[in-house]
Amino acid sequence: MNLLASLVDGLLIGFVYGIAAMGLTLIWGVMNVINLAHGPLIALGMFGVYLITTALGVNPYIALILVALVGLASGVLIYAVAIQRVINAPHLSTLLATFAINMIIIGLGTKVFSTSPYTIDFSLGSISIGPITILGTRLVAALAAVIVTGSLYLFLYRTRPGKYVRAVANNRAAAELMGIPSSRILALSFGIGTLLAATAGGLIATFFPFTILAGGAYELKSFVIGVLGGLGNPLGALAGGLVLGMLEGVIPAFLPNTWVPVLEFLLFVLILLVRPSGLFGAKR
Amino acid sequence: MKRRFAVLISMLMAVGLLAACGTQAPASAPTSAGNAAPGTGAASSKTVTIGFSASLTGASNVESTRQKNGLQLWMDQVNARGGVALADGSKVTFTAKSYDDESNKDRVQELYARLINDDKADFLISPYGSGPTDAAAVIAEQYGKIMITTGAASDSTYSKGYTLVYQMYTPASRYLTGALDALAQAKPDAKKLAVVHENDKFSTDVSNALKSYAEGKGYQIVLFEGYDTSTTDFGPIINKIQQAQPDAILGGGHFQDGTTLSKQLYEKKLSTQFLALLVAPPEPKFAELGAAALGVVGPSQWEPAATYNADAAKSAGIEWYGPTVAEFVKAYKDAYGEEPSYHAAGGYAAGMILGKALEQAGTLDTPKVKATLDGLDLLNFFGHIKFNTSNAHGLQIGHDMVYIQWQRGDGDKPTKQIIWPAAATTAKLTIPLR
Repeated sequence: MNLLASLVDGLLIGFVYGIAAMGLTLIWGVMNVINLAHGPLIALGMFGVYLITTALGVNPYIALILVALVGLASGVLIYAVAIQRVINAPHLSTLLATFAINMIIIGLGTKVFSTSPYTIDFSLGSISIGPITILGTRLVAALAAVIVTGSLYLFLYRTRPGKYVRAVANNRAAAELMGIPSSRILALSFGIGTLLAATAGGLIATFFPFTILAGGAYELKSFVIGVLGGLGNPLGALAGGLVLGMLEGVIPAFLPNTWVPVLEFLLFVLILLVRPSGLFGAKR
Repeated sequence: MKRRFAVLISMLMAVGLLAACGTQAPASAPTSAGNAAPGTGAASSKTVTIGFSASLTGASNVESTRQKNGLQLWMDQVNARGGVALADGSKVTFTAKSYDDESNKDRVQELYARLINDDKADFLISPYGSGPTDAAAVIAEQYGKIMITTGAASDSTYSKGYTLVYQMYTPASRYLTGALDALAQAKPDAKKLAVVHENDKFSTDVSNALKSYAEGKGYQIVLFEGYDTSTTDFGPIINKIQQAQPDAILGGGHFQDGTTLSKQLYEKKLSTQFLALLVAPPEPKFAELGAAALGVVGPSQWEPAATYNADAAKSAGIEWYGPTVAEFVKAYKDAYGEEPSYHAAGGYAAGMILGKALEQAGTLDTPKVKATLDGLDLLNFFGHIKFNTSNAHGLQIGHDMVYIQWQRGDGDKPTKQIIWPAAATTAKLTIPLR
């Protein structure tokens, strides 16, 4: 019974990990950029929801929608300012560009918020079934993650810009020859990646305390999940998120909880060695 | 594809390295520009530089800032009175020199060496936290500087043969044992304990000491587990506690993890008789948890409701020194607009004890000040202060903990009550806690 409680907890948080990882893996898949600003963008999502909720007194989920939109816009902006110039340069250049953004956000964020913990005072109560108690906020977060994943899927497969994104991811040169405005599509992709990061952050902020540095842990998890699910594969990211969440829930039932990161990264290395395209296949 | 992944892996490794460097914010500027004139000259007024590092950023930010505020208040007060008089008739005033240690013990040794060598600090106060203090103690001893430690309760620092390090806090080995005594008195049939603690030096020391004390008293430890300092999701640990079905949960670590653990235990509706956590509960800010704070017990080095006074000193046959509890509380409230926590009181008391030692020694000469500190035995608003001078030099042996519990007050607002030791209680222990 207790294992079931751990499993449920793990899966619920796994959905949120999934959308955080989706943001990272989408950007990697479409533009071959490892976004090192992913963690700070998650943290900004947390603070965005916090600021809007406390300043305007609105429901955090309304704040989350605003944060997602601002995330999209700032992603496009970051692309235009920092990434576009180096997109065709070797990997190290884009890596350093996103690392610079990472440092700028952390530096400014530390100045404004310090590194003290913040919490959003919000509760949706909880549901108890036998020994399992599920928090309302976590349930909503998992549902929101499913909705976000579904929307992303529909966007990528059912809309014209979405098809453009996939075309650019598949073969940018060929897509350009077909008249697809690849630069705009890359900007859009970075925007969506940022939107996903900010949304994941906002959801996490409704139940966990956070600091400006809190995104780092989720960024690392996103790397593991990305590799687990196959880099560039959004649905794989969700599945990978669920696997990771489940591991985090279940491992402590058998071992001291400090073993969790050890086993997570062991898995990460194993997947890279044995099945580098991920459990669910990477984009080719 | 293979090559791309090789590139990816090497990049990820680079990222790891960069991130490790990246989280360190640049060192902050010193907070004051006072210059030392350490003391052999017979000038009529001298300025003593007190050096320390504080956690302006990082996990210990809340506690450390209060400690620094307390120390600063003492310094402001003593300087406003014209300073401390020495035997040669000169007066010394104090100035602080401090750096941000980012709650990171790896930064501390460099900062203390800098305080001593570059900033010419005459005396040192410890950083906040047992780990950082242990690191700083090495430097203090190496350069022959007296360091008063506060916000640091580990015992082991004082078993390393240091001769110049003096502890203000009740040591870790006695931190949670009183909570167990309180439990034993209120509920003698509670026998199963779960101990979950932060994986840092201080919390681990406390928990290990608690474990051997509890086992000696016939308690059964059904769960003993550490968690990482940065833990925000206690779900897996709470599930484990639920599985073990303890009568009481003890442990915790510091403010950040302690509040999160309390909140999540409440949200998960875990039923237990007794919950005692380190550091977080006595903080006034803990009450912001609302219903989740109710029933939680915490050890406190000091409380504003503490009853130390001159009469108590007289009947114990020791000296009374410094402001009364009420005077300190009022001065702190006037200066910072909030009630002082024990971290603030510890900061103030550390400065005050140093000042007292200089006054009594009548000189700034380190060996003489050391001899004075060794012989100190006095009561003040913070409690009884006396240092071990034999096998664990500098270890605090006079001071005692008080234990608080958040209980339902007016309008269901959590109200802090002292529930142990018996002589100081303001209310009875509520058990089960909610």
